[in-house]
Amino acid sequence: MLPPVSGPSFPAGPRLRLTAGQFNEIVAHCYDGLPDEACGLLGGPVDAAGVPEGTVTTVYPCRNEDASARTYTIDSRDHIKALRAAEEAGGDLIGVFHSHTHTEAYPSETDVRQAVEPNWIYVLVSLKHEAPVFRAYRIVDGTIGEVPVEISR
Amino acid sequence: MPEVRLPTVLRPHANGASTVTAAGDTVGELFDDLVRQYPGLASHLRNDDGTLHRFVNVYRNDDDIRYLDKLDTKLEESDVVSILPAVAGG
Repeated sequence: MLPPVSGPSFPAGPRLRLTAGQFNEIVAHCYDGLPDEACGLLGGPVDAAGVPEGTVTTVYPCRNEDASARTYTIDSRDHIKALRAAEEAGGDLIGVFHSHTHTEAYPSETDVRQAVEPNWIYVLVSLKHEAPVFRAYRIVDGTIGEVPVEISR
Repeated sequence: MPEVRLPTVLRPHANGASTVTAAGDTVGELFDDLVRQYPGLASHLRNDDGTLHRFVNVYRNDDDIRYLDKLDTKLEESDVVSILPAVAGG
């Protein structure tokens, strides 16, 4: 496992803010996907530079093109639909969530290698334990920084 | 000429532009022209064997060209071609 990086070496970013309903929607989609990994996109407001403010406006559950328990690829048709919907709502896509069925809620080496959006928030939901574990990260130039998660009613 | 929308991750290879134009009757020809203008894009769009790179999604007016005629997908002057990085992991 790659070590988490924090402190001054990691660029500061927003916290992830979502409602309990959105949290449940994400976790439910992850359980629905079993035995495969499940995935989806997050839409929300961004600042003038395109950086997410951290608030989730809409959860977009997507199909896993890989239909695999080890990897995921957001279905390309679901991706463009989610992007256009997020733009129409005046925001942008701000992140992606996916499940780890048998490992912890921490980015895998594949997750780090394939992360292409330094401003995005990468949500990991582990289904390894009896209760789901929900964590969020940013992945910038191959380094991982944890993003605090704030759940409101 | 068709308009091409580039994702954040590819913009540094196109002098920072988010939207560019390129000529071509098919997506493949449009890529040829794009690469002529911005050689840095080449390895991000196609594999060495000329096929579409696995980690990009290319859309003609929001329809994924993988479900059309791939790189042979025909283009009209007024079409918008959007390129997105595939969102994937393990």
